Amino acid sequence: MIDTTQSHSMPTSQALSIAKLQRVQDFLFHGITQFFALSVLIALTGIIISLLINAWPALSKFGIGFFFSQEWDIVNGEFGGLIAIYGTVVTSVIALLIAVPLSFGIAVFLTELCPGSLRRPLGTAVELLAAVPSIIYGMFGLFVFAPLFAEYIQPALAATLGQVPGLGILFSGAFNGIGVLCAGLILAMMILPFIASVMRDVFEIVPPVLKESAYGIGCTTWEVVKNVVLPYTKAGVIGGVMLGLGRALGETMAVTFVIGNAHRLSASLFSPGTSIASTLANEFGEAEAGNHLSSLYALGLALFIITFVVLSCAKLMLNNMEKKQGLKT
Amino acid sequence: MKSFFKKALIIGAISIAPTAFAVDMTGAGATFPYPIYAKWAEAFKAKTGSNLNYQSIGSSGGIKQIKAKTVDFGATDNPVSFEELEKDGMVQFPAIIGGVVPVINVDGVKPGEIKLDGPTLADIFQGLISDWGDKRIAIMNPGVKIPSGSITVVTRADGSGTTAIFTDYLAKTSKLFKDSVGSGANVKWPAASTVGGKGNEGVAANVTRVKNSIGYVEYAFAKKNKMTFISLKNKDGNFVAPDDSTFAAAAAGTDWAKIPGMGTFITNASGAKSWPISGASFILLYKNPENKANAAEVIKFFDFAFKDGKKMAEELDYVPMPDSTTDFIRKNVFTKVITK
Amino acid sequence: MNNTSNINKALFAKRKRDNKIGLTLSMGAMVLGMIFLLWILSVLVIKGFSALDLSLFINSTPAPGSEGGGLANAIVGSILLVGCCTLISTPIGVLAGLYLSEYGDRSRVASVTRFVTDIMLSAPSIVIGLFVYAFVVAQVRHFSGWAGTIALALIAVPVVVRTTENMLRLVPGSLREAAYALGTPKWKVAFKVTLRAAQSGVMTGILLALARISGETAPLLFTALNNQFFSTNMNAPMANLPVVIFQFAMSPYDNWVELAWGGALLITFAVLGLNILARVVFREKVQG
Repeated sequence: MIDTTQSHSMPTSQALSIAKLQRVQDFLFHGITQFFALSVLIALTGIIISLLINAWPALSKFGIGFFFSQEWDIVNGEFGGLIAIYGTVVTSVIALLIAVPLSFGIAVFLTELCPGSLRRPLGTAVELLAAVPSIIYGMFGLFVFAPLFAEYIQPALAATLGQVPGLGILFSGAFNGIGVLCAGLILAMMILPFIASVMRDVFEIVPPVLKESAYGIGCTTWEVVKNVVLPYTKAGVIGGVMLGLGRALGETMAVTFVIGNAHRLSASLFSPGTSIASTLANEFGEAEAGNHLSSLYALGLALFIITFVVLSCAKLMLNNMEKKQGLKT
Repeated sequence: MKSFFKKALIIGAISIAPTAFAVDMTGAGATFPYPIYAKWAEAFKAKTGSNLNYQSIGSSGGIKQIKAKTVDFGATDNPVSFEELEKDGMVQFPAIIGGVVPVINVDGVKPGEIKLDGPTLADIFQGLISDWGDKRIAIMNPGVKIPSGSITVVTRADGSGTTAIFTDYLAKTSKLFKDSVGSGANVKWPAASTVGGKGNEGVAANVTRVKNSIGYVEYAFAKKNKMTFISLKNKDGNFVAPDDSTFAAAAAGTDWAKIPGMGTFITNASGAKSWPISGASFILLYKNPENKANAAEVIKFFDFAFKDGKKMAEELDYVPMPDSTTDFIRKNVFTKVITK
Repeated sequence: MNNTSNINKALFAKRKRDNKIGLTLSMGAMVLGMIFLLWILSVLVIKGFSALDLSLFINSTPAPGSEGGGLANAIVGSILLVGCCTLISTPIGVLAGLYLSEYGDRSRVASVTRFVTDIMLSAPSIVIGLFVYAFVVAQVRHFSGWAGTIALALIAVPVVVRTTENMLRLVPGSLREAAYALGTPKWKVAFKVTLRAAQSGVMTGILLALARISGETAPLLFTALNNQFFSTNMNAPMANLPVVIFQFAMSPYDNWVELAWGGALLITFAVLGLNILARVVFREKVQG
């Protein structure tokens, strides 16, 4: 006979005190983990507040016109964010224009064309390349790409697209290899693996049944991609592109090496310029408290807000994708 | 066995004794004197074990960091005015003299082959002369083959004392430059094809890499990298090439002791052999520093540099401060810093 | 009959042609992308290899114009900074991830935190450097390794939080419920059951965060600054590989540039190695 009374041998008072202790421990556990989770929130708020406080002198002095002014006169204390913002936006746009089609091609290749045995290694290779630190791209740009760019590509562009009326002004100027266009190209190389792997991930979650039903009625691979995969993954693709845009906007090292660090606004893509991140990298160490420092913080705030908005939209789009897939409610 | 142990202990104690009293100091600022400060710091460390960590972030950076008290001393080629020194409670003294040199990257041209004067140089840096084939350059250089090509102007992207010295010279010799660009650590360079480099290093690196470019660097950078420099016409009308004798000639007439705050430019100095873009680099210290032990060590460092660092400076083509000036500095500047 | 087959043929030919064009372009994109990336990596290896010798690891950074030298102080400094950062961000990230996975289903705070964490994942790292300068360096009036560590932690924590939460969510609910059924308090379930089950996934996250911060330059520019001497004093400016590479690469000295390539190669090896290690660890978990 099994003695079942053994299991009830603990006195109730002892059981109660253990339960009370566990209640306290659980309460502490909840509190501590919640505190650390909130720390990320607190950090973000801290960053925004700190940026606002330090940027306030410049913003109150120059007003909203700060972001539209071409001035950057350190001697007389007149500052404006337009040149840096222009550089940031133009290099990112160039990077996207080149990286998005290429990433799309890579993602299509990896999901549709690639022989099965190569799929994993190539996919891993693309993901690993997305992890390469950006300073490498900057060094590559400065030492290898810029000289080639000045020697061959810039003259070629000037001879061809530079002759087209209207477009020509984009490709005018001296061939010194470093400048806005070069920075855009290096950025493109940097965000290419990143966007490609996001697109690849998003393409892979298309339910096979959708694709196969299209194949079943005789669609070609390209038609399946264009008419089934793309519409289904539209939100995810746009989200991935915007993630890439967010990274390009905030990139410091890859751009600072090759953008030329000149505070000037020029219509030509060959001319040197500056981006928000490279202005900060170059000038923050020396800006004296006052208008200069405050304007730099204002630029930092602008960059943070722009990337915040872009990343939020990307996140919302990707969330939509996951909702569609049923991963989220 | 015991005596061996004792000996080892004593030897061990002696070897770490310098490091036991070693101080870690931080300084930041001008890239102009960076090569010589770094050499002096190596020698000082070998002698006393103290580390002088010097970060070359540009003169404006040096001024900012010493004002923010994040470093033990600031270094700047752009001298601070006496009023500002008094306001912030700092002292300033010149530590070394050197020269700013225009450097170019043009095929087939040898160092010193091209001769220019202040106004022409100013026109190039303003973008008014934008091609190497321009007549105004050819006129000053009869017989020299200069291939034509678009000039890319390389300047400093950061706030720089070297820029201050260079633009001071250009403003002194070209009224047009003075009115349209002005002088200072940061100016708006108007040339269409202007590239910015970070520090003297960045400008040197850019000029070496970009064809048909022109920039301005401290002579040590030009010499070390075997860059092509330009000979300039000085105030007396002679064409001179940069080296420590022409820098010393430019500095010879300056009476540092008479200048309140010891800060001044020595560009466009008279003297048959003077290099027109010479300059001094200054050190900023607080009269009442927060870290007194570090401040004492900084003074010890510069005292050492003034006494034992002359040969090292000359090897790099800098001009060490003359003994009369360093004596004055010891008596009148070092003594103002409270180190106890 | 002829008419329909003509139309069919033309349309079919066009579709086939579009397909061929599209797929060839895709293949071309893949090839072009791979060419660029292999180019970059091969340049890195070729130029960096010549700098890889024993002196790289023994000597400290040389003064401008001095010959030779190595990256010893920068390597040790980077290891210190990254190591301290991992020590700080791992507990914070894991505990935060625990909160989000165990309590985060119905809490509004949790979904906002999750959103914010994802934003911080891609926030521009130079702005984080600005914040830490204003918050830490300017307040204590000196640059320090600790300030650099804090800046790196602000980048690493979101990575750890996100991967921890994802990995913890993958643990089947039945495991947790079995533990609850035995009367285990929630915190014990979390640590001894859920976390332990997901431990290789969580480790993957930590390794990925490590890899990410190893290559970051911008946040260290105004926090840890740099130091040309060998130092392990975290309370003072700390030499580190990325900033040294930044300074040396833009300089005109040949030995500096060579050292920069060597350092770049080291960082890339470290980052790629950590990523591969993370994958291996994760795969073991899935298969094992």
